[in-house]
Amino acid sequence: MNFKLKDIGPQLMTVIAVVLVFGFFTYNAQVNMENRGIDFGYGFLSQESSFDVQFSLIEYDGSHSYFRAYLVGLLNTILVSVIGIFFATILGVIVGIARLSPNYLINKFAAFYVEFFRNIPLLLQIFFWYFAALRALPLPQDAEAMFGVAFLTIKGLFVPAFIWQNFNIFLYSIVAAIIAIIVIRYQAKKLQETQGKQTPVLLISIGLILILPLISFLIGGVRLSFEVPVLKQLATTSFIYEGGVSLPPELIALALSLSLYTATFIAECVRAGIQGIGKGQKEAAASIGLTPNQVLKLVVMPQALRIIIPPTTNQYLNLTKNSSLAAAIAYPDLVLVFAGTALMQTGKAIEIVSITMFTYLSLSIAISLFMNWYNNKIAIQEK
Amino acid sequence: MFKYLKQLTSLVAMVAVLFTFTTESMAAKKSKTLKNTQKKGFVRCGVSQGLPGFSNADAAGNWTGIDVDVCRAVAAAVLGDANKVKFTPLSAKERFTALTSGEIDILSRNTTWTLSRDADIGLTFVGVNFYDGQGFMVRKSSGITSTSQFKDGISACTNIGTTTELNMRDFFNSKGIKYEPVAFEKADEVVAAYDAGRCDTYTTDKSGLAAQRTKMSNPDEHLVLPETVSKEPLGPVVRQGDSVWEDIVRWSLNTMIEAEEYGITSANADMMKTSDNPAIKRLVGAEGEMGAAFGLDNEWNLRIIKQVGNYGESYKRNIADTGILPDRGPNELWTKGGILYVPPSR
Repeated sequence: MNFKLKDIGPQLMTVIAVVLVFGFFTYNAQVNMENRGIDFGYGFLSQESSFDVQFSLIEYDGSHSYFRAYLVGLLNTILVSVIGIFFATILGVIVGIARLSPNYLINKFAAFYVEFFRNIPLLLQIFFWYFAALRALPLPQDAEAMFGVAFLTIKGLFVPAFIWQNFNIFLYSIVAAIIAIIVIRYQAKKLQETQGKQTPVLLISIGLILILPLISFLIGGVRLSFEVPVLKQLATTSFIYEGGVSLPPELIALALSLSLYTATFIAECVRAGIQGIGKGQKEAAASIGLTPNQVLKLVVMPQALRIIIPPTTNQYLNLTKNSSLAAAIAYPDLVLVFAGTALMQTGKAIEIVSITMFTYLSLSIAISLFMNWYNNKIAIQEK
Repeated sequence: MFKYLKQLTSLVAMVAVLFTFTTESMAAKKSKTLKNTQKKGFVRCGVSQGLPGFSNADAAGNWTGIDVDVCRAVAAAVLGDANKVKFTPLSAKERFTALTSGEIDILSRNTTWTLSRDADIGLTFVGVNFYDGQGFMVRKSSGITSTSQFKDGISACTNIGTTTELNMRDFFNSKGIKYEPVAFEKADEVVAAYDAGRCDTYTTDKSGLAAQRTKMSNPDEHLVLPETVSKEPLGPVVRQGDSVWEDIVRWSLNTMIEAEEYGITSANADMMKTSDNPAIKRLVGAEGEMGAAFGLDNEWNLRIIKQVGNYGESYKRNIADTGILPDRGPNELWTKGGILYVPPSR
């Protein structure tokens, strides 16, 4: 080991520069806060928050602590991100494949969708879906029932709630079905590798996931009933639905705009991935007698995924960070609840902004770690 | 001889410069904010993003309102020109950070004076320029005429980062009503959502309700309920730690209120210099040394009254004549049944 100065010199200088810059900012903040009589500390997190939040996944009201309010905001951010990523992925893959369709209409429609939605700023789209589309929705008393049980109104989407009996048994049956499917898939793969026999894995899987829970209903004592939302009058022209589950319009508008916006980028990733696979691959696969579906599933997609995953990870990260635009339309995410209301009520700007930044950083790193793991898993395995 | 005279004049000039320097900057030396303001040539004032009657910009970018007038009064006092103000529109969420970080020097933005704000976050409230209280607005068609008719499940639109959010919880909890709070960052978004029917009621300070009602697509369809559920004394705020600047802002506001008490208006201020009443003469700079302690000349208060007017004129121009709140209610002078009462300028 002999380090030369010219090797470590620039690195050492970089480290010193970074430390100095951070040190300067910290010192500067300290001096200025002292001058203005502002205390620094995270003790406020255990104080009573004394404000309510519209929508929360965990039990919360103003008598809980600021830390609990932070968790409420964080979970709401995660919720809208997960919903957004889920729908953006499905829509993105469909549109990406559609853009390569030989069918002129499908192809052009997909291209129009991508160009339209990715070229309008996201904040405008959120405003459009929330303020413009919201106004078009009916008031609760005028809403038409969907399938007789759900109501889409200006005050949100009201859907029936599931009331379970012996829910745990139902859960066990699902878990059992999943384990059985994994075992069967493993066996089927081995059977194919050793004897070349094909097993209809998909059909068996669907059968299992339907039949096992069905059995739990028949002999396991599982019962499911629905609590349908009921219209309640608050005043002469003011109504609300009670019972069931209500999804606030803020969540719907935000998830919708995030999905539609991010799907355009994912669609382009998918298109690039598929087009990145040589024509020869498809022709070779076709020439050994694979059907077009099999070509896509067995030859093109496994290779295309390696091109698709890394840029798509970026889009997932973007979506998660973009969810902070929620503050514009009153969806109580981390920024609105914690970096908004809590910051104002406590005045702890530096503490709260630092926690919020650290939280987004952690969220983003968690997503990219997962995606990197997945990327490695599908990468070419050198044997 | 001629040469000697020239030397003498320069000596006199030097002494004069020295004197003005010492007298003018005694307080300025103590007050960094005052010094910076005079150097920049304008007062940096944080206002709302548009609340008619309080702080609102017209199409040409001219700001008007009683909160705006407080900043104009300070500009008239320290710079001699009420128009030398740079207004920074701020959301409820941004306002305190803008002040404590030094982006603005006065926050005059319908801000409620509370213990925790005054004590905790490096701010000092200098007075009250509007006594307000939180109220509720509903659609007339709902048939609601009192908050006692509110029922479980009611949704209420409001702003984040305000005392309104806290009062709302106190109010609904004390009545045992379950409610859905829908909190936006900008007032315009609150109004748009309420107007669209997203919420059954819109809650904020009553003056704010009255002002925002004028922005609704059809103001006559809405009603501000009679109940007042909180105390909201609104007033200008400065950074903690500059007591001279704090005093200047406080007494600029006090001067406007006291001028109304003594019947001094922008029109008659100059004539009042010859008044028999010493209290009046002090308010127009004709008696005493009322500006020296701030590092200002003796006519700082006269300029406020002449250029901005007294509190009554400001109220009439911004709030009464615009139809927002024609009745002054508690914001009437103590001599006329209100609660406006300021310490004397002497």
